[in-house]
Amino acid sequence: MTQSDIDIVKKTAKLARLELGEAEAAKFGEQFGRILEAFQKLAKLDVSGVEPMTGATELSDVLRDDRAKPSLERERVLANGPKQDGEYYVVPKTVGGDA
Amino acid sequence: MSQTTTAPTIGFVSKKTDVRWIPVIGLEVHCQLKTETKLFCSCRYEFGASPNTLTCPVCTAQPGALPVLNREALALAVRVAVALGANVAPRTKFDRKNYFYCDLPKGYQISQFDQPFCTGGGLTLPSGKRVRLTRIHLEEDAGKAVHDRGDMTLVDLNRAGVPLIESVTEADMQTSDEAYEYLTSLKEILQYAGASDCDMEKGSLRCDVNVSVHPEGEGWRTKVELKNLNSFKNVKDAIEHEIERQIEAYESGDKSKFPVQETRLYDATTQTTRTMRSKEDAHDYRYFPEPDLVPFHVDAAFVEQQRTMLPELAEARRARYQRDFGLSPYDAGVITGSRAVADFFEMVVKLNGNAKETANWITNGVLANLSDPTIPAKTIDELPFRPHDLAELVELVTNHTIHNNVGRTVLRTMFETGKSPKQIVKEQGLEQVSDEGQLEKWCREALVGKDKVIADVKSGKTKAVAALMGPVMKASKGSANPELVQKILLRIIQTEM
Ligand SMILES: [Zn+2]
Repeated sequence: MTQSDIDIVKKTAKLARLELGEAEAAKFGEQFGRILEAFQKLAKLDVSGVEPMTGATELSDVLRDDRAKPSLERERVLANGPKQDGEYYVVPKTVGGDA
Repeated sequence: MSQTTTAPTIGFVSKKTDVRWIPVIGLEVHCQLKTETKLFCSCRYEFGASPNTLTCPVCTAQPGALPVLNREALALAVRVAVALGANVAPRTKFDRKNYFYCDLPKGYQISQFDQPFCTGGGLTLPSGKRVRLTRIHLEEDAGKAVHDRGDMTLVDLNRAGVPLIESVTEADMQTSDEAYEYLTSLKEILQYAGASDCDMEKGSLRCDVNVSVHPEGEGWRTKVELKNLNSFKNVKDAIEHEIERQIEAYESGDKSKFPVQETRLYDATTQTTRTMRSKEDAHDYRYFPEPDLVPFHVDAAFVEQQRTMLPELAEARRARYQRDFGLSPYDAGVITGSRAVADFFEMVVKLNGNAKETANWITNGVLANLSDPTIPAKTIDELPFRPHDLAELVELVTNHTIHNNVGRTVLRTMFETGKSPKQIVKEQGLEQVSDEGQLEKWCREALVGKDKVIADVKSGKTKAVAALMGPVMKASKGSANPELVQKILLRIIQTEM
């Protein structure tokens, strides 16, 4: 395990909004290091001439017509949220996001 | 781009240092596509609908729900690409753009990263300036977070999943006016193509700006991104402010004040910008191919089909209206200001063959009434009458059945009642009176006691007769044929007095 493995884990945790203690960062850093090593092996393979794969099926061009279907009833769909006021989902104040 | 192409009038010369600063401006514009349903699910979208009434398992990201691409969204996107002369890719795919925010239920936005559906293209501004496009891609919109109601944030997912096209220009613009012109032209093309309403107030067009400045002859410097621009005027003002801010920062000589790569939010009330986020907390979106969607192929036949769906665009119509109909550049500009007005105009002209008068009645009559707050109709689509009725009104005026001013009253009544002009003229007895006996009676009444006017006319000042027109028109309730009235008045004065 290197310091860079730990840094990668910490960055990933930050992006995933996960709180990691130092001990956890070290533990996952080691596991992460092994995973990355495995991928580095893959990255060394000669894939020139191999078509990149973007999905697991052979399907393509699956489209639908632009015709509306009924949406879900608000009361039912809002009930899936942790908190709601009958009209909106209610979440902690989050100003200055990414919209 | 080479600096030698920079016109000498471009840029700002510093009073302090005599340096000419050249701005470099690029735009990223998001437009909502005018489809009935969302990009990947069959929910309708409607601006202003009651919150969270237009959602389903797909657009609220319930586990296991799968996206399916809307054929019409792809068609409209391709149509826009054709209108902008861009290259449509034969194969395109979607990617996940990962970030966390409360208005993004999946934790990622389905967008396009390395294989957008189209690249290149561009548009030529009315000034002749060419602005190139880097690319256009398709993506889904996020929901809406409401922050101004109490100490919690409220989330409405109606907008989540609505189709957007994001177009990115090359940094080809150098003035705020060019940016404004670009937006106006882009909006016009998208509206004509029927691809988007491009209504900034309803959020169906959103624009971010990249700005940097550099001394003439030198390389480009750090660019700053501006967000929160809610109107074309905001875009223009924000660019002007940002150019000024950056020049001042460089000229201060204090390196700690130099512009840094960051995103700044524009505040329209103070007309200033403030840091939203710097490069250090720039997002790492970790794009990767969207495994829930398959790749898509757009063949030449599909592209051609969309080309045939494109109507004649505004620029071409403006030229044609001037060339074939003899309209002034101003009238041609007003009429092509929206496709609905231009289409209406053409339908009327097809019926009455009188383009010039029709243009007059549309610009001075129809549009003026539409902007009157007491008239319920606000747009040409809401008119309570049809092209046929306006054609009839123009004819009634040009064949002197009614006087021009009476025509205005009739038009007003058409707006109020939706009745046909002929019916209104008949019901209100507005038909122009050309009966000489009746006209002569009104003329003789008007002449009583007007010795000064009579003397003036007799001494050769025939124009003085204009003073008598008012009383005659009043007596006839506006129905007297004014040319005949003038003739009769002159005849009476010159032969009998
Ligand atoms: Zn949905």
